[in-house]
Amino acid sequence: MTTFDDKAVIFAPATGMGRAAVTIVRVSGSGTRGVLETLCGRVPQSRRASLMILRDPANGSVLDRTLVLWFPGPSSFTGEDMAELQCHGGRSVVTAVLGALDRLPQCRPAEAGEFTRRALLNGRMTLDQVEGLADLIDAETEAQRRQALRSLEGETGHAVQRWREEIITAMALMEAAIDFSDESDVSDKVIADGLRMAESIRDQIESELRKPQRPERLRDGYRIVLAGPPNAGKSTLLNRLARRDAAIVSPMAGTTRDVIEVHLDLGGYPVLLIDTAGLRESEDAVEREGIKRTQARIADADLVLWLQAPGGEACPFEGPNVLVLGTKADLGEAEASMSVSATTGAGIDALLALLQERAERVFASGEGVLITRERHRAALQEVLLCLHRALEGDAEGATELVAEDLRLAARALGRITGEVDVEEVLDRLFSGFCIGK
Amino acid sequence: MLSPSMTYDVIIVGGGHAGTEAAAAAARMGARTALVTQRIETVGVMSCNPAIGGLGKGHLVREIDALDGLMGRAADAAGIQFRLLNRRKGPAVRGPRTQADRKLYRRSIQKLLREQSGLTLVEGEAERLIVRDGRVYGLELADGRVFATGAVVLTTGTFLNGLIHCGEHQEPAGRVGDRPSLGLAQSLYGLGLPMGRLKTGTPARLDGRTIRWEQLEWQYGDDEPELFSDLSTRVAVPQIACGITYTTPEAHEVIRANLHRAPMYSGQIQGRGPRYCPSIEDKVVRFADKTNHQIFLEPEGLDDPTVYPNGISTSLPVDVQEAFIRAMPGLDQVRIIRPGYAIEYDYVDPRALDPTLELRACRGLFLAGQINGTTGYEEAGAQGLLAGLNAARLAGGQDGITIDRTKAYLGVMIDDLVTQGVTEPYRMFTSRSEYRLSLRSDNADERLGPLGEALGCLSRERRTHFGAKQAQLSAALTSLNERTLTPNEAALRGLMLNQDGRRRTAFEILSYPTVSWADLTRIWPELQNVPGRIAARVETDAKYAVYLERQDRDIAAFKRDEDMALPDSLSFTSISGLSAELAGKLETVRPRTLGQAGRVEGMTPAALTLLVAHAKAAARTKVSV
Repeated sequence: MTTFDDKAVIFAPATGMGRAAVTIVRVSGSGTRGVLETLCGRVPQSRRASLMILRDPANGSVLDRTLVLWFPGPSSFTGEDMAELQCHGGRSVVTAVLGALDRLPQCRPAEAGEFTRRALLNGRMTLDQVEGLADLIDAETEAQRRQALRSLEGETGHAVQRWREEIITAMALMEAAIDFSDESDVSDKVIADGLRMAESIRDQIESELRKPQRPERLRDGYRIVLAGPPNAGKSTLLNRLARRDAAIVSPMAGTTRDVIEVHLDLGGYPVLLIDTAGLRESEDAVEREGIKRTQARIADADLVLWLQAPGGEACPFEGPNVLVLGTKADLGEAEASMSVSATTGAGIDALLALLQERAERVFASGEGVLITRERHRAALQEVLLCLHRALEGDAEGATELVAEDLRLAARALGRITGEVDVEEVLDRLFSGFCIGK
Repeated sequence: MLSPSMTYDVIIVGGGHAGTEAAAAAARMGARTALVTQRIETVGVMSCNPAIGGLGKGHLVREIDALDGLMGRAADAAGIQFRLLNRRKGPAVRGPRTQADRKLYRRSIQKLLREQSGLTLVEGEAERLIVRDGRVYGLELADGRVFATGAVVLTTGTFLNGLIHCGEHQEPAGRVGDRPSLGLAQSLYGLGLPMGRLKTGTPARLDGRTIRWEQLEWQYGDDEPELFSDLSTRVAVPQIACGITYTTPEAHEVIRANLHRAPMYSGQIQGRGPRYCPSIEDKVVRFADKTNHQIFLEPEGLDDPTVYPNGISTSLPVDVQEAFIRAMPGLDQVRIIRPGYAIEYDYVDPRALDPTLELRACRGLFLAGQINGTTGYEEAGAQGLLAGLNAARLAGGQDGITIDRTKAYLGVMIDDLVTQGVTEPYRMFTSRSEYRLSLRSDNADERLGPLGEALGCLSRERRTHFGAKQAQLSAALTSLNERTLTPNEAALRGLMLNQDGRRRTAFEILSYPTVSWADLTRIWPELQNVPGRIAARVETDAKYAVYLERQDRDIAAFKRDEDMALPDSLSFTSISGLSAELAGKLETVRPRTLGQAGRVEGMTPAALTLLVAHAKAAARTKVSV
């Protein structure tokens, strides 16, 4: 667990990611007054809603006309100086405002639960209030983690995991040069190897950060994967739910060879419905590829709907995220907690209500994907800064300083991927070198 | 009830590196202390390799020395080949090390103990702890003697249910030639402590008179030896060189052909051994593509023909040991004085300890050294020192002291042990410290000296020495901060700084990688009066300044969380919102601060927030009562 600098001004959207007319961005910290002066030109009257123009300090362009509320500490939620910016709900507006905040040197995106923690530390919340949040906070963590990683689209998400692996290797090489310099298996060449690896990570992150942001392709919906044996009725159900022919529906088993995604809007919450190739052993290469993708989708789904036709194969998965749904209810009864018939429409409304409730549970409490993207960008910027310093250093004469910068880079990257523990570095080291003279 | 024949403030069980530091530390604190050992003659013995220090370990020795411990002084008195590891790298990762004459080291430790007032050495076998209601009251020896005491430090090393393996042969023992401590193990098991089993090994000892030294390469010590203790002034005895040989493909073949006779591979050993000190059979299997491994032949003493072959620890049968050792250059006619062996032993899960090294389940009982799952003389010594200090404080009715991760490697080690537990014998590496640039071997006295003074565990000589060095250091820093140059003035004197017109102090100028102390003395000749090692210390601070400032911010954040105490009464399992798994882990570790809780594996920000809430609530309740 890394502890964070609590002097910084933190910011995050306070409202969930449902479609709304207004998204409230909260700002907290002793430097909030300065933030308002920079963005709005002045600090509004305290505790009164004031309509103000937010400008990007970088170029003076108008970001939004926004209702701004100024709460001087200690009479605020966190007990610190705080502001609320009620931005117009469009994703591009909120993204622009968050981006402008992030570029202010005194600001950084809030970590999950950080407003609450500050409130608590400043004596603004009672134990009862915190306990009321506890279940929510705990339920949120895993869902948020999936959300967070997902917001880095597919390829990037994989890249981040790869960088983590590579940075561990780079650290292991550098630490070997330090802690085991007297071992015959560790030559001074390891320093150069470690630097090369750091250089490669730096180049990859630089090119990643240069990529334009494409918010329209953000896959931030609540992910529901339709799974089940071939011909269980996945595509039919998808079509019924989507009310359009997004997938090819055919009575022949194995028609859906790829993964098909449909975006739905359930009560204002974005939901991503994913139809998958039927899970079965297949000789067909295209279909095999489809099944491989299916398994990948199931792994990062928020909910797996296992479709079970009467007399069909039992669900091979279990867990809180798996729901067995009987299909073809018009043809007979399946062993499931709830059943639908896409042909007659029976049970579809109940299913939609259930899905909406599940989606709400994730989004109502979550701070949403935009802030996690900002966190990721901020983290990657810091990784880059550390790697630049590491690569400029005197690796032979001051190996310990280069190692320190690598450690700080790993710490920043760990904010996205989960902390890099020294044991992982040592593991890598001992499996790569024969240590122990 | 047995009537005690003697009463002591503190009793130490075990005369190894943990036990001797514990005994000396308790006595330095003014506690009436007894050290109970099976054989007084073996007090201070180096059971494994004849060397002290190294990377991380050398740092620990300097920390022991800063608190006036024994190890640094004994190593300086017995050192026969001093080498500063990583001399060409930066000061934070330089580690002093020396080969030590086994006999001189033992004698030196015994002499220091004998000179220590308030300390009695007792020969006898500790048989049973006298414990009532979760508190220790005394110790019973095998011969029936009973000592009353309120504080016991157990440093049993590998003696707890020790089992030696040498090929197919197994033998209960604490160390070759010594009995294991079975009675004491019963006492500990009776306390219901969580225990585990570890394994370590040692190589065969060779007769140096049968080694063909002329066929070998040599490794020499440093021309300018770097000593451990601030109180030592010079190398005490003649210096030697070590031989270097290699394992060969033939030797590997012998080992491979006999793997089925190695206890580690036949399934005879259950305990887990260290990754960083594998047996030669492990090396041959895990790194099968390597055709040789470097082996150091380290003489065990100036007038001792015994040679320690560093790098071939093994539990293979004696005939196999002889066969593969004789397949190495220079060793074709070597005689084995004593075969190598592996030893399995019990340890107590250190998460059962407070960071004072006192057991939560039994007040007054402290554990130090291998019994806590560590390996190494230095790791043992450092723990012994802290346990001894705390045992003495307990006897004096004072609160236990803890040393945190920002202060010392000793603190890093103890925090790792009590928070993470161990899965293999724990050894110190500098990479374990996130404050490595601050925790250097050159500033151990500054880091711990003030604590030592406050505790009262420093001798008068040490205090005088420490005070004098501090005065020199602060005088040097003052002179550097008083002297300044503008970039133009510097350029006139041949130093290129940023041309920003800003006047810089000599300290700031020294922080430039291109500027050395010698450059400063050219400009300000009076700085030549600063003693060499003080100058080196100041230069390190200057060179690291930017990094240290950042580290200081991390340290401030660390301290904030460390300062938030979690009350003893806090029941983690009854906090709603914590997962059962995490609550279970927290109950095992029983973190004493929010910071420590944050280091428990699997901790989340949300869970930490909950703990803050509960800690705050408990604090409020306390105030209102």
